[in-house]
Amino acid sequence: MTATTLPPRKKTEPVSAPPGGISDRSRAERRLGWMLAGPAFVVMLLVTAYPILQAVWYSLFNYRLTDPGNRSFVGLRNYWVILTDGLWWQAVLTTVLITVVTVAVELVLGFALALVMSKALASIRPVLRAAILIPYAVITVVSAFSWQFAFNITTGFVNKWLAWLPGIGVDTDWFGDRWTSLLVICLAEIWKTTPFISLLLLAGLAQVPDVLQEAAMVDGATWWQRMRKVTIPNMKAAIMVAVLFRTLDAFRIFDSIFVMTAGANGTESVSFLAYRQTISRVEIGLGSAVSVLLFLAVVLIAFVFIKGFRIDLAQARGER
Amino acid sequence: MSRREKTWWWVVGIAIMLYCLFPIAWIISLSFKGPADIANGQFLPSKPSTENYSTILTGSASELFLPALRNSFGICLIATFISCFLSMFAAYAIARLDFPGKRLILSAALGVAIFPVISIVTPLFNLWRQIGLYDTWLGLIIPYLSLTLPISIWTMSAFFREIPWEMEQAAQVDGATTWQAFRKVIVPLAAPGVFTTAIIAFFIAWNDFAYGISLTSTSAARPVPAALGLFSGASQFVDPTGSIAAAAVIVTVPVVVLVLIFQRRIVAGLTNGAVKG
Repeated sequence: MTATTLPPRKKTEPVSAPPGGISDRSRAERRLGWMLAGPAFVVMLLVTAYPILQAVWYSLFNYRLTDPGNRSFVGLRNYWVILTDGLWWQAVLTTVLITVVTVAVELVLGFALALVMSKALASIRPVLRAAILIPYAVITVVSAFSWQFAFNITTGFVNKWLAWLPGIGVDTDWFGDRWTSLLVICLAEIWKTTPFISLLLLAGLAQVPDVLQEAAMVDGATWWQRMRKVTIPNMKAAIMVAVLFRTLDAFRIFDSIFVMTAGANGTESVSFLAYRQTISRVEIGLGSAVSVLLFLAVVLIAFVFIKGFRIDLAQARGER
Repeated sequence: MSRREKTWWWVVGIAIMLYCLFPIAWIISLSFKGPADIANGQFLPSKPSTENYSTILTGSASELFLPALRNSFGICLIATFISCFLSMFAAYAIARLDFPGKRLILSAALGVAIFPVISIVTPLFNLWRQIGLYDTWLGLIIPYLSLTLPISIWTMSAFFREIPWEMEQAAQVDGATTWQAFRKVIVPLAAPGVFTTAIIAFFIAWNDFAYGISLTSTSAARPVPAALGLFSGASQFVDPTGSIAAAAVIVTVPVVVLVLIFQRRIVAGLTNGAVKG
């Protein structure tokens, strides 16, 4: 049995340049287009492309801010130092773990939320939508503090509330161990970003043609069958876009870790490692190399997603 | 719908609301706990007090918090204004004109949006020190553009694409001048999109932490999230938990209210930008 999707809508191409040369009008339009969009484009590139190129350049030097006299060209040695260091691989592992766990949970939870919102009574739908925006509107740092204080051994209430569970007592130190720290970090992340995923999925859900749903229902398909064969295949683009955005976002995790554990007990992420090398240890060379590696990892993830799952982002956002 | 089903929906709805509100309720409750209550292990304070608020607003911690609040507002507003101004033209071009490079601009915006912030921090940290932008407003406004510009271009062009631009010609046919047609027809149609984009962009800048802690060192430019992250209390003998909670409430509540007032538009802005069939 195959998934049921409607044939792709016929794309209406905008009337582009007629064959046999560009007309004056379209040339003028072209120039105007770049004149209007150019400044934003240039500024955007300046504030990102330039720093990353600068980072690539710094990463080839042994350069410590407190010791500028000893700055020397070392080629790729910084990369070698990082890639042979267990600290880097532990940070990578932690980051990947957080990313996979949070995105997987958020996807399931977000999908459930989206389903509830799409089916909810008209009277509670606006209230739900408002409620769901609240975690999104909370600053990441504030959310991290809230979760940290809740689980904290002195200020928290969680230990008292969960004391009936085996292994949890008033003196359970959630931030004293790697796995429990990571658990709380993941919880905070999931709480904060599930709404975003669910809104994207809700928009995707709205695009599933009702005709197909009704047809499947007439054919006697169960709820689960309709979900698997009609709903999910028809909103694949929305799901992939949501997963891509969240994966890239989760992979850059920094704020929550800084606030909740400051990287203690093996909770350091790649972003945090880069921050610590550069800002705390003022090792500009090494820190830049970590930054470049982080950048390459993000590019690689995006590339794998877009090529591997054939996400057409332009199509997904209604670009003709 | 049967009565049972209705009750069931309300139960699910209330569960979702609890999920969304719980951490906020907690930090609000915590902010009203006095020093004796902070470690009481309860969710609610046994005796609510506003002590934490007076500490950060008028008391010993105010010189840490108030400048940060001012910095955050100023820097985020300026960054939002610049990126909305620039993306207004870009979005108009993308929505209305046919020119090669449209896709390039949108792809570049996406590329910049997924850019790891920390990768920009490292080189800027060194560069800003050399050219004197370290710990200044401008030193944060420039990198904030990397956060606000892509989302502005992306969101605003999605809004602008929905505008019935033919109305402009229709108004001109009806005898309006070009300027009148623009001011009376296009501006009112485009304003909601611009406004929503501004809120989303402002919020993204307001949320920044990585630039804030890395590129500032004093209260001259340090924004609120960074100040909160590094907040260690009025003196080292006072537990900063209560003050942090109160400051967190002050920076969160206005944004939440703003988002709730404009929720319909913001949802449209967030999802139009990403998913559209």
